[in-house]
Amino acid sequence: MLKWTPYYILLFFVCLSCSNESVDEYVPTPSPLQIPQLFQDNILAPVIPTNNPQTVEGIALGKKLFSDPILSADNSQACVNCHAPENAFTDPDRFSDGIDGLLGNRNSMPLFNLAWNYDEKFFWDGRVFSLEHQAFQPVTDPLEMHNTWAQVEQRLQQHIEYPNLFERAFGTSTIDSTLVTKAIAQFERTLISSNSKFDKYLLGEVTLTPQELNGFNVFMDETKGDCFHCHGSDKNPLWTDNIFHNNGLDATITDLGLGKVTGDPADNGKFKSPSLRNLAFTAPYMHDGRFATLDEVINHYSEGLQNSPTIDPLMKKVDQGGVQLSTQDKADLKAFLLTLSDYHFIDNN
Amino acid sequence: MQKIFPILFFSLITLVSCGTDNDDKVSESIVTFNFNHNWDGSTVTNTNFSTIQYTNANGEELSITKLRYLISNITFQKSDGETFVLNGYNLVDVTNNTNLSFSPTTTIPKGSYSKVSFTFGFNNEDNYNNNYPDLNAASWSVPALLGGGYHYMQLEGRFINNITTQTGYVYHTIRAVDNSGATPTFQDTFFEVDLGEVTITNNATFEINMNIAEWFKNPNTWDLNTLNNMLMPNFNAQMMMFQNGQDVFSLSAVNQ
Ligand code: HEC
Ligand code: HEC
Repeated sequence: MLKWTPYYILLFFVCLSCSNESVDEYVPTPSPLQIPQLFQDNILAPVIPTNNPQTVEGIALGKKLFSDPILSADNSQACVNCHAPENAFTDPDRFSDGIDGLLGNRNSMPLFNLAWNYDEKFFWDGRVFSLEHQAFQPVTDPLEMHNTWAQVEQRLQQHIEYPNLFERAFGTSTIDSTLVTKAIAQFERTLISSNSKFDKYLLGEVTLTPQELNGFNVFMDETKGDCFHCHGSDKNPLWTDNIFHNNGLDATITDLGLGKVTGDPADNGKFKSPSLRNLAFTAPYMHDGRFATLDEVINHYSEGLQNSPTIDPLMKKVDQGGVQLSTQDKADLKAFLLTLSDYHFIDNN
Repeated sequence: MQKIFPILFFSLITLVSCGTDNDDKVSESIVTFNFNHNWDGSTVTNTNFSTIQYTNANGEELSITKLRYLISNITFQKSDGETFVLNGYNLVDVTNNTNLSFSPTTTIPKGSYSKVSFTFGFNNEDNYNNNYPDLNAASWSVPALLGGGYHYMQLEGRFINNITTQTGYVYHTIRAVDNSGATPTFQDTFFEVDLGEVTITNNATFEINMNIAEWFKNPNTWDLNTLNNMLMPNFNAQMMMFQNGQDVFSLSAVNQ
């Protein structure tokens, strides 16, 4: 037996030479995203940065941070105050107050399926790239948590639990803002909504009423709603294109939206198309929360369109205010839109 | 001694597998297709978008705010009939300045070809028999009401209409469908773009041009005042787009 030993040693080193992993570094427990069937079948894989893989410990830490007012200057406000689970992670206010009682000029945004925002442009105007970078913003925003990162880091470092939780999530108990945002982003990526009535219909598990089916046809019909060019379809289960458009809200544009970010006047008044999932929980609507109900939204597209130099060409019959849907089509369209609301998502988060 | 062989053999294989593969097929060429755009000769890129600055054959001044289109089935045909169809399709996106250059993963043998061509859009087999996650994610699909499948082109912008107000236009091409009867009837509108004869001596780059003005010109002088929107379900409009599309592409050079 002994005479084979050199060969076995050779084999061992040959195998070893292929790999370059170090052996005893601490590794948190991987927790890959559970990709829903309809997403798997129809669209591209989610975006997960290689330097921030999903882990059990990272997600748990992110969830705790998301709900902890420790991030705000006076310990009074957490992310969850403006992004509440029962509202599909937005809030019911038109504008949300920050810790100083100041109101912003944008409606809070629901948070789900964020890992499928392939261009990774976040906020209504797309001003931040990547979820990790987004999480830096609210903490120091004077209209929101109005804190400093130095203070947040110091408080977390002195906390009785956090250093240990960071150790388990990232292998270090030295807390810095980058790790805070990584943990929050991991948690946000787990907010997946894919269990609405319409999803179940597509999977063959339930049937839709004739009204809901006609509403879907209005949505898909270029001569009627024509919503699918911007808001997804049975082939794009995100129910958004995550692209920026001016959908004809105003004749005179005051909030420049994307135009302020790019500096290009051709982008003035453009905002990111929101997903139409979970509308039952996310009122009021639009970037400035101007519409309290879905009826108002539908009336806007049907007869309330305002012309402006950057209005999207897909907004048709603008001189008449829109395509003038019949009362029946409006009711059906609304019934269809509500089939995209995911009660399972609300109940399980 | 015999026992050593498997071990040595395995070691050898393992070592070999560590290296990157590098079998040069010197007789094969990589081909690249570059897509360039112009309006009757003046170059169009996304930096020219959104400003009303072009005049179509019918006399309307217009801008372009979006242009993307699908090409597929790049085919090299020898004079003896042997054909090489290159893998893949490409969604040229002028708006975002992406996919303006396309290198299929398959290579082709060097030599003379009597015809090089590609398909504008998808043929029916490609259009209906596959689900394409990248195209779905790009909101490129066609409603089932219109037969499903995918868009071939989306050209959008604004024009000044005959009462001098700015109006949007949405010129989307799909397979023509007439939904007026009890059962829909279809007419094919994908077409082959023939780039002619080419001799491949090396890796080659094809410079393809689309003259966007041609979509409004020939044989149908396009009147945006009447045809500016809701064209997907408009069978006649789709047939006119198909006819006008025949002359939009040309090959300006093959660099190798
Ligand atoms: C005071 C209310 C408030 C608080 C607190 C708050 N947000 Fe927000 N959030 C908003 C508003 C308002 C927007 C939209 C702002 C805009 O677009 O200008 C937004 C947008 C976002 C978005 C962008 C979503 C998208 O699809 O583009 C994310 C992600 C987000 N918030 C995460 C967080 C996190 C993480 C925290 C805690 C660190 C947090 N928010 C704290 C109000 C708040
Ligand atoms: C040209 C692209 C486009 C088309 C077509 C379009 N939308 Fe929108 N939609 C948007 C954009 C962009 C916004 C956000 C606008 C803003 O807040 O300034 C929006 C907002 C909405 C909202 C508010 C959602 C929220 O969370 O605030 C609803 C609901 C909606 N659209 C439904 C529809 C329906 C129904 C149709 C078809 C009748 C339609 N949209 C057609 C782009 C579009």
